Amino acid sequence: MRLTEPVAGARILAFGGYQPARVVTNDELAATVETSDEWIRSRVGIASRRIAAPDETVADMAVAAGGKALAASGLSAEDIDLVVVATCTPEVQIPNTAATVARRLGINAPGAYDMNAACAGFCYALAAASDSVRAGTAGHVLVIGAEKLSQWIDWTDRSTCIIFADGAGAAVVGPAAEPGDAGVGPVVWGSAGDMADKIYINDRDSFIIQEGQAVFRWATTALHPVAKQACERAGVDPTELAAFVPHQANLRIIEAIARKLGAPQALVADDIVTAGNTSSASIPLALSRMIERGELASGAPVLLLGFGAGICYAGQVITVP
Amino acid sequence: MAMTEQEILTGLGEIIDEVAGVPADQVTPEKTFVDDLDIDSLSMVEIAVAAQDKFGVEIPDDQLKDLKTVQDVIDYVRRSEVSA
Repeated sequence: MRLTEPVAGARILAFGGYQPARVVTNDELAATVETSDEWIRSRVGIASRRIAAPDETVADMAVAAGGKALAASGLSAEDIDLVVVATCTPEVQIPNTAATVARRLGINAPGAYDMNAACAGFCYALAAASDSVRAGTAGHVLVIGAEKLSQWIDWTDRSTCIIFADGAGAAVVGPAAEPGDAGVGPVVWGSAGDMADKIYINDRDSFIIQEGQAVFRWATTALHPVAKQACERAGVDPTELAAFVPHQANLRIIEAIARKLGAPQALVADDIVTAGNTSSASIPLALSRMIERGELASGAPVLLLGFGAGICYAGQVITVP
Repeated sequence: MAMTEQEILTGLGEIIDEVAGVPADQVTPEKTFVDDLDIDSLSMVEIAVAAQDKFGVEIPDDQLKDLKTVQDVIDYVRRSEVSA
């Protein structure tokens, strides 16, 4: 049997992000549930978040972010042969989101699948995309994290409605000519199914339930070793990182992990302040905005770390396109 | 060997300084976490985690709500040391 020709490495060619137009401030939430701007800022670090319009779908947001990443990559739709959408809030069970997104972006008949690793989704999808490129099963992959969490929130539950939000982020992954040009490092991933009951949505008529304190304890104790291991496997010392872009779950978790990672020089993403927690979208969305603002130099090493319901987690070092 | 109250207090002061930015000299036994030291439930989790590293005593989430003062934590650590 003949097999595909492996490729030396994979790299990210471009990022793109999309946020819905509607800004929801803490004061707006404080008008309907018992909370305050000060309380939300100090507990989770969010000042405002974006919420999709009622008729705006996960696919709409994925198309917007994916289209931007594709345009920024300099490639055209026909160059993409695999589309992966990380989402835990698809509109329907079938059809999947990826095939619809591909069609709307004019990508002709690519491999297309959705992936659910909740808030770790983008890092899982990026690892799968990178491996597909390296194995020679895909040429260029469009990887998207897109969520409409607002549809799964009990807007009278002040412990969750202040946290979650909507948005999408995307990356185009392609081959690196030489191993030295590789831009996606080895993934360190895992799960803790014994904590499945800490963050869940029971069924179609339910809302996100989260045991905040238990998740906080887990995230601030279990994740920095994963982050360090991802650096080690990529051969990048934490002190060499230009930035640390973890899932934007809670600013207090982000700061605690960053402190324990030991990368005092690294720019730590704080996109949550104006984006809220957008689950699988948060990492590529934060990255696209940091690149847009000129905060990250091309070629700079950046550590990504996704974590959330499952519990699932994944981290890898990338280089900025 | 079991730690003295003073040793635990000193250790707690260091932890609270690092986690919540409250100067260690303000951490005295009679202070309440919420009202006197302005420490919220998430910081209490971080303090519990750091205390586990420092004192080798596990403080589960369901016990945290009963630890209202610095003295409560000192007592908890000493009790757990005895039973360990």
